[in-house]
Amino acid sequence: MDTNGDVAVKVVPVRHVGRWFGVAGVALFVAMLIHTTLFKVASSTKTCVTTNGVKTCHGVLVWRFQWDIVGQYFTSSEVLHGLLITVELTVISMVIGIVLGMIVAVMRMSPNRVLAGVAWTYTWFFRGTPVLVQITFWAFIGALYPHISIGIPFTHIAFVHITNVNVTFTTLEAVIVGLGLNEGAYMSEIARAGLISVDEGQIEAATSLGMTRRQSLRLIVIPQAMRVIIPPTGNEVISMLKTSSLASTVAVLELFGAVSNISAQNFKIMPLLIVASIWYLIVTTVLSIGQFYLERYFARGALRSPPPTPIQRLKRDARGIASKFRTKRGVSGAGA
Amino acid sequence: MVEVRGVRKSYAGVEVLKSVDLTVNRSEVTCLIGPSGSGKSTLLRCVNHLEKHDAGELRVDGELVGYEARNGKLYELSDKRVCEKRSHIGMVFQRFNLFQHLTVLDNVTIGQTQVKNIAREKARAKARELLARVGLDAKEKHYPAQLSGGQQQRVAIARALAMEPKLMLFDEPTSALDPELVGEVLDVMKDLAKSGMTMIVVTHEMGFAREVADTVYFLDGGIIEEFGDPHKVLTAPSSERLKSFLSKVL
Ligand SMILES: Nc1ncnc2c1ncn2[C@@H]1O[C@H](COP(=O)(O)OP(=O)(O)OP(=O)(O)O)[C@@H](O)[C@H]1O
Ligand SMILES: [Mg+2]
Repeated sequence: MDTNGDVAVKVVPVRHVGRWFGVAGVALFVAMLIHTTLFKVASSTKTCVTTNGVKTCHGVLVWRFQWDIVGQYFTSSEVLHGLLITVELTVISMVIGIVLGMIVAVMRMSPNRVLAGVAWTYTWFFRGTPVLVQITFWAFIGALYPHISIGIPFTHIAFVHITNVNVTFTTLEAVIVGLGLNEGAYMSEIARAGLISVDEGQIEAATSLGMTRRQSLRLIVIPQAMRVIIPPTGNEVISMLKTSSLASTVAVLELFGAVSNISAQNFKIMPLLIVASIWYLIVTTVLSIGQFYLERYFARGALRSPPPTPIQRLKRDARGIASKFRTKRGVSGAGA
Repeated sequence: MVEVRGVRKSYAGVEVLKSVDLTVNRSEVTCLIGPSGSGKSTLLRCVNHLEKHDAGELRVDGELVGYEARNGKLYELSDKRVCEKRSHIGMVFQRFNLFQHLTVLDNVTIGQTQVKNIAREKARAKARELLARVGLDAKEKHYPAQLSGGQQQRVAIARALAMEPKLMLFDEPTSALDPELVGEVLDVMKDLAKSGMTMIVVTHEMGFAREVADTVYFLDGGIIEEFGDPHKVLTAPSSERLKSFLSKVL
């Protein structure tokens, strides 16, 4: 501290007494939580043993949250299959939602009134009705349209003709369409916010280089809008992961549907909900890590120096501690 | 090179340009001066069709800007054709407007590869050459946010030059710069003028106008009040308005 030969002044930090009480309270609460969730407790059922005519009874030690059952089902084939469907639903509907959202956002900003109006109406409708209703609607579309033909109205000209919609259009596909269309409405607003956030000067510069509107959107505006679009999109993906559980209402056995099915048979509701929750948390964690790196990639150029990744930070901290030790040793060595 | 005849432009009923005439000869430097709000930027933006003018005729290199005359009628050009024409006119902005997500090198390369369809390696070689010309070859891997204002503006000039323009438009290129950085940008522009580039420069740098310009136009309230040889216009103005304007800026 006084390496420069200056007078060393010892700084005494302020003591925060209240804060320490707070920490103590939190610690106590955490301890209770750990105790009640992770440790075995005596259950109300007792086992009795009679030895030499003397009967001794004691409570059986069990986990309140039945971790043994959690473990038993955690990697069961039904659960894993459900997980797969959940991930599939999430990924495909999000891709549809993002692509649709981008298109609708660009339409919304188009100088053409009709395109802008259609985009607005789409967002208004799909944001304004519950997802559950939309999913159910698509799942039962076959009842409304046993056959679908896409062509020119009021004529017999058809480009595509689907008979037996119930058969060709599976419930899983119906859910994907429902979730995707709904997500597109939300994503369009997120994308629009991103597009608006890009400085108009960027578009002018692109235009003055001779780029078309489409080129300046693709090469200049959208890449910069991504920085604004990604954080809320990450939120949407995580939200979609859990919204996809609504598929269970139309008998698609994704993760939640799968555990509900199992618990309907064995009545182990709590442990199976825990199984599902842990899987949801795991997927969310993986998604969050992905989001971090995507954000970093699209922030390039926006900051003078990008923040370090957690791994870089760990390395830097480790180096810092190591060098501290080294200097300490050096100082004491010199003093001796 | 540039002929502006009776060009008018209004925004929401307010006439910003009131019948402007202006002529720029090849390899000449024309400076446009005038008070804030007089329509200097608007005129410049009409020249490369960033804004559509309402009336009058605007020609660059003998061709109408944004229109085509056939059978005695004016046909508006398709976006694609306008873009093609615009790519021959370079523009430099007050606030640089470098593409923030691209490195310096990519900023100077992207127009060549995407608009002129030049091969990547060739475009890069040209970009490096131009960056060297504006003295920034060492910064090619930097992002715009990592450069000073003066450096950014020099990159912006290189970016415009990469398109091999016939004409360069500058809209107050040094107004957003700290005083000590103005010189480095003006030096690049002087070099460019010496190399024979046709330039229209909106500026408040009267020293630059006097030294480099072949003609100075004074725009006030959407009207060209006075124009001519810089030494005459800037030292012995005939109109009262220009006199009072010069007394304020000098
Ligand atoms: N898009 C627009 N909509 C409405 N009015 C506009 C628009 N652009 C410019 N104007 C108006 O036109 C007038 C001329 O603007 P212009 O930007 O050409 O002035 P300028 O001479 O470049 O001024 P400065 O020196 O401040 O840049 C101003 O009064 C401005 O308010
Ligand atoms: Mg201006």
